[in-house]
Order: sequence, then C-alpha cells, then structure tokens
Amino acid sequence: MDDKNKLDLKEQVNILKMAFKVIILLVIIIAISPLVNSLGKASLYNLIFNGRLRLPFGENSSLSYNLTLNNLDAMFASHIINGQEKRDDEYRIIVIGDSSTWGILLHPDQTLPALIDKGLSLCQGKSVKVFNLGYPTLSLTKDVLIMAFAMEYEPDLVIWPLTLESFPLDKQTSNPLIENNMDRIRSLNKKFGLITDLGEPPTNLERYLKNNLISKRKEYADLIRLQFLGAMWSATGIDQVYPGEYSKAKNDLDDSMEFHGFNSANDLENNLAFYAIDNMKKIIGSTPIIIINEPILVSDGLNHEIRYNFYYPIWAYDLYQTNLKTYLDERGWNFLDLWDIVPRNEFTNSAIHLSPTGETIYSNEVINYIQESICYEK
Amino acid sequence: MVGSIKKPSYKKNLIFFLNLVVLLVLQPNLPIRNLRFWLPSVIIIITIVSWIIIRDKVRFNTLSIVKPISAIAATYLLLIIVTKFGIFNNLYNQLKIINLLIFFGILFLLITLNLITANGSRANYWIFVIIILFVFLKTPQLSLMISKGLRTITDQSVELATHLDISWLGFSYIAFRLIHTLREHEKGALPDVDLVEYFNYVTFFPTMVAGPIDRFDHFQKSFQNPDNHHNMRIIYSGQRISIGLFKKFVVADLLSLIALNEVNASQIHSSIWMWISVYAYAFLIFFDFSGYTDIAIGMACLLGIEIPENFSHPYAKKNLTLFWNSWHMTLTQFFRTYYFNPLARYLRTGKRKWSVWLIILTTQISTMVLIGFWHGIIINFVLWGLWHGIGLFIQNRWSNSLGASIEKKFTSKLSNLLINGVNIFLTFNFVSVGWVFFVLPNVQSSISVLKVLVGAG
Repeated sequence: MDDKNKLDLKEQVNILKMAFKVIILLVIIIAISPLVNSLGKASLYNLIFNGRLRLPFGENSSLSYNLTLNNLDAMFASHIINGQEKRDDEYRIIVIGDSSTWGILLHPDQTLPALIDKGLSLCQGKSVKVFNLGYPTLSLTKDVLIMAFAMEYEPDLVIWPLTLESFPLDKQTSNPLIENNMDRIRSLNKKFGLITDLGEPPTNLERYLKNNLISKRKEYADLIRLQFLGAMWSATGIDQVYPGEYSKAKNDLDDSMEFHGFNSANDLENNLAFYAIDNMKKIIGSTPIIIINEPILVSDGLNHEIRYNFYYPIWAYDLYQTNLKTYLDERGWNFLDLWDIVPRNEFTNSAIHLSPTGETIYSNEVINYIQESICYEK
Repeated sequence: MVGSIKKPSYKKNLIFFLNLVVLLVLQPNLPIRNLRFWLPSVIIIITIVSWIIIRDKVRFNTLSIVKPISAIAATYLLLIIVTKFGIFNNLYNQLKIINLLIFFGILFLLITLNLITANGSRANYWIFVIIILFVFLKTPQLSLMISKGLRTITDQSVELATHLDISWLGFSYIAFRLIHTLREHEKGALPDVDLVEYFNYVTFFPTMVAGPIDRFDHFQKSFQNPDNHHNMRIIYSGQRISIGLFKKFVVADLLSLIALNEVNASQIHSSIWMWISVYAYAFLIFFDFSGYTDIAIGMACLLGIEIPENFSHPYAKKNLTLFWNSWHMTLTQFFRTYYFNPLARYLRTGKRKWSVWLIILTTQISTMVLIGFWHGIIINFVLWGLWHGIGLFIQNRWSNSLGASIEKKFTSKLSNLLINGVNIFLTFNFVSVGWVFFVLPNVQSSISVLKVLVGAG
C-alpha cells in the first residue's frame, strides 16, 4: 500500500468528535425512553404493507415471514382490522380464540373467520366483515386481554371458540403474552372489576429493571423485524411455514386418567377458570357473543375407552362439557357445542387443529347458527 | 493488548499462537470423523511446505523450522488437554493419537522431500496443487466424491454424503495468500521471511474467513512498524469493530428477512416486490461483507497491524469498472495482478495478432468468470461472471465514448449531476440484477426471477 494510503490514526480518530457523538446518542436514548412503550403503535402495516389477516405469530421468521412478539400495540397495528374504518353498513364480527381459530397449518383464507366471511354476506341487513383475532396460546385470560383491545374496533358480534385445555387456573397467566402485559391486565381488573389472580404487583425497581431499554432490547428489535417482515407478507401472502409432512395428532393414547394432575371431579371443578367467561362479558358489555365448544379429535385408537385424545381423559372432558353448558345456560348466553362435529381424519397435527375440509364442516355449523340465532333474530 | 507489545519477536510469536488456536478451534464440526482436526492440519502442512519452497536457502537453518513445529505440537497438546476439561467443547474428544502421528509423519516427509530434492523451482507445481484442491472444494460433484471417499475410509455411511461435508474454514483466502507469495517468489519480488512470520501472514485470523487479501510486503512492513499511537489505535479499532458489528448484525440481518433467496424466489409474483427483494439482497451482501471487513480491520488494528480496505462506496460508482475498483478491492487486485494483466500482456505480445476488442472481450470475460468460479464451480456463478464480463466489455467499448459525448453536450452543473445520478442508478441496477445469478442455485430459478422483474412472470 502506498504511503499516501497509509492509515492516519490522528486523522481517523477525533476524540472530541467521538465524545460528542456518544453524548448525543445518550441524550436521544434518554429522550425516547418514555416513548418507547408506545412505539408499537407506529407501524408500516396498513400504510405501505398490507395489514395481516391474523395476529403476528411464528417461530422461523425467515420462512414464515412472521414472528411472535408480546407487544399488543404492535400486534394490533399490524393487523388488517387496524386499517379498516368501520362503515355504517358493516356488520363486524370478531373471532377470538386459540391456535384453532388462528389456523395452524391453514392458509389465511381457510380459517374459521375467513370461511364465515365467505359464507355469510349479510346480517341484520348489513354487509358482514369477519376478522381473525385468534392467537395460538391456550388461556381464557389471554382471550379476555385480546378482546379488551379489540373492543376499540367496535364489533357487532364476538365469536369465542374455546376448549377445556384453556380453562385450568395454571394456564391463565403462565404464557409470555400475559406475563409481558401484566400491567394492562391489572388496569383491566381495576376498570372492569375482573377476577384475575395476578399475584403481587412489581415494585418500582422491578418495573424499571424490566422496562428499560437494555432489558427490552429484544422487544424493540422485534418491532423493527415485524416491519421488515411486512414486506414479505405483502409480497407473498405467507404468514406461517407449511411443512410438506408433519406428525399427525396421536390416535393411540396413553392410559393416564389425569388431567393437569387432577384425578377427581371436585379437584377439577375447583381449578377451572370459569370466571374468565364472566370477565369476558364485562369487557364486551352488551355486544352479543357466541361461545363455541370447539371440535376435538375423538380417538378410536389405543385407550380410546378412557381418553378422547392426547389432551383429555373422558371423565374430565365430559364434566367440563356439562358444567360449561350449565354455566352458560344459567346466564342465557349463546352456546354452540360442536365438540364432535368433525371426523377424526380431518384433524392435522393436534387434537384441536383442523384440515381445510374439517374447517369447512365446522364453519358451516357456525354460519347456520349465526344466521338462525343472530342475523334473523330481529 | 497485543498491539502494545514493543518487542517485535514477542508480538510475532503471540500472534502465531493466536492464529494457530483460532485456525484449529474455529473450524466447525463436520459429520465426517476427525475432519475437524484434519482440515486445519492440512492448512498447516500446505503453509509449511509453501514456506520451504519460498524460503531464503542461504539463511535457512534447521532451528528456524524446528522451533515453530514444536510450538505447533505444543498447541495441539494444549488443545487436547483443555478439551478434556470441557473447554472448546467436543474439539478433540474423539481424536485418536494416531491422527497426530500421521499428521507429523506427513509433515516430516514433505519437509524432508522438499529439502533434499533439487533446487529447481517448485512454486508453480505447488500452485497447481493448491488450485486442484480449490477446484475439488468448489465443485459440488467433486466435493461429494471426496466426502464419499472419506466416509469410506472412516467407515461411515456413504449414502449420507453431501458436498457440504467438506466445509473448509478459511481455505479460499488462505489459498490466495499462498498463491500470491509463491508467484512473488517466482518473480523474485518476495522479501525474506521466516516461518512464523509467513504463517502469520497466511493464516492471520482476523482476515482468515472473509479477507481482505493483503500483500505480503505490506503486511510485513505493518508488522514491523512500531506502534506510536497505541491509545488512538484502540479507539479507532473500537469504532471500526462497532460499525462492523452494526452493519453485520443489525442492518444485514434485518435485510436478510426480505432479501431474495432460494425460497422466496418462487413465492414472489409481483414485479415491484421482486425488485425490492433484489435490492435488499444487493444491500444485504454489501453490509454483510463490508461489516466483516470492518471487524477484520478493527481487530487487526488492535493487534497493531494495518490491513487494506476492501470496499469504497461501491454502489455510488458511475460505471462498472469503478464498481469493481471499489468492491472487494483486494480480490479484484489479486485477479488483476495474477491473471488479467499477464493474459492481456500475453495476448498483446504473442505471435498471433489479436484485435483490441477481442483482447478486451477475452480478458474481461475470462477474469470475471474466474472470479465467479472462486465462489463455486456451478453454472450460476459462470453466468454471474459472464454478466459482469460482458457488462465491462460493453462499458469499455461503447458506453464510455457515448457517455463522453453526452457529457460534452450537457455542460451545466445540474445536467452533470443528473447524468452522474443516471449512471449510478444504471450501474447499481446492473449489479443488482447480476446478484440474481449469484444468490440463486440454478438457472431455472434465476430466469423465473428475471421474468418477474420485467413483469413477464
């Protein structure tokens, strides 16, 4: 290398200039810190990129063009519902629930909400528009939290498919979405008088340690990643990986009679979060709701005489089913029990995930019910 | 800090040790048994044999080779011991002592053979051996053949063999440095060098994986320079490493989410989104590669060694020649020095008279195809090389003169600015479209992407 090209350190390193840059950077970081929690609301979705048809969720971002994050503002900001003003002639239906609603292994247009949207054009003289706000976590409290956010979008009807696996008390708060949004649930508790056991609130120091720029760096990086992934979502319409082959839901079952460690009806009844259904009612107020006991795989394989599937021993599921019906009947709420409506060969990789055909069978029942109970009601 | 060591011999020996450890430890685990040991060990053998070929025969003494080889043996021993303690997990857990004996046996045999055989030049033969090794590594079918052979030797399943079984860390760049020193030796332009210094140049760990490819004389001079600005060097290194890390792990990693790749090439059907993914790849490869370079330059600077820049705003250049003068500059210089210039000279001065345009066409296309081959011997890299070779030829023959006549017509500052902007835009787009062949594994998918780009997909 010529001498003229030699690295001149004195020229390259200007300590004053560098110190100035560091100070400016620190000032910017301190200045934006209070704003950071609401950064999730800023989104390129529905502006440059198409809004997502389901809430963001996914593990392999480079293939699914999706990711799991726990910032509800960002999750909703990326959803198509955030970009659609409700029209006067629109009948808006929001479907919440678990992975079965979200549509694991299903394309966005094969899910229950999409099929209802296709099959039901008019309700109460208005044009029907259905939104998928399912999220692949089994917890009723998670559904309550999501619905509290979704109320901002003025639904005319809420559809809530649920299953026993979402009911155990220990499932209510032990998932990342809830754990990262405890403060929001506490404020909902206060506002609506919900019954949710969240334990002691964190001290100010704990809150600071959890919410500063350093400890939340992954969350902020995910916000940026979500925006980039919006380009691929818009370009491909893909939001999950569709493997060519996958393990089918188990048909041959273990001989265990336990459900979440419970062996008796009494124990089970005392540990199911039926209160979450009341919480939901408080959140949605007078908005009509249809609660669905969603389809499950009814096995005919090994030990099918004591278990329905991988999740449920028969005694536990039957007890839950009876209690759920009684609970909802007592309150006079719309209830649709579709637990055995789908043939066992139409389940995919889990006892609650359906194939496109299974989803069609399921949605037809739901559409009929909506037409009969809601749309022609008046 | 190694960079602050005043005594050159201490610094040299310490860097020798660091290079050796990094070479042996960084080689990733491979499915073929003991290959993790053998690949870096073969690099050590090739480097020592290369040094014997280029050594100063007058000043050579046995001790100058015994000492470094003893240090190598001690390093192996050290790594075997630390592996037993769970450090460098699985490094040499499975290694049997027979492998080490074979390694030192081969080394001894090759050293003896090279020392006792006639004094005639063996550099060119050795270059040929290195190139053959290179061809085997870069050709998927040949790599697969080697993998099958090695699996047979190690009694492993031949059915599971793939060409990826032979992932030889750093060999591409190490081969360039070996060829450079061997060629310079042939020309009589290589300064005197001892084995430790030579080993340090060839396997210098900051530049082992992704360059830049320094020239030996420059590296040696930088090594011997006293460090007069130690504190500033640390700050400068910190700056370069931080910038490199940001480019690589923030910018490039984000761009990788939307950049063109084998999977999304068939999923994108809209022209606009395809252009976006192609542009994203263009910036991804720049930030990824130049980020590595920044880290390498920063790390070398920490060690008190100055290595050359590899990028100089390549996407802001107004023609393809300028692009190649600022993209992976040390690689371009290598090919210019050891292939393009000698070939052009040969064609100009040979017995058969070649027309100028044919000389330019031949040299430019064959150089670019060769650079393509360096990335891998598959048809898509040939197409990528052809794309750039033809582009350089067209620019050289026509667009330069066309550009000059346009510039003559429009002399105002604004029009010049506009012309420059258009040139930069065209060059960037030409390069970006070229990346389609580079990033995709086969012709069919490349053509599909090109069709979508022009709205015919």
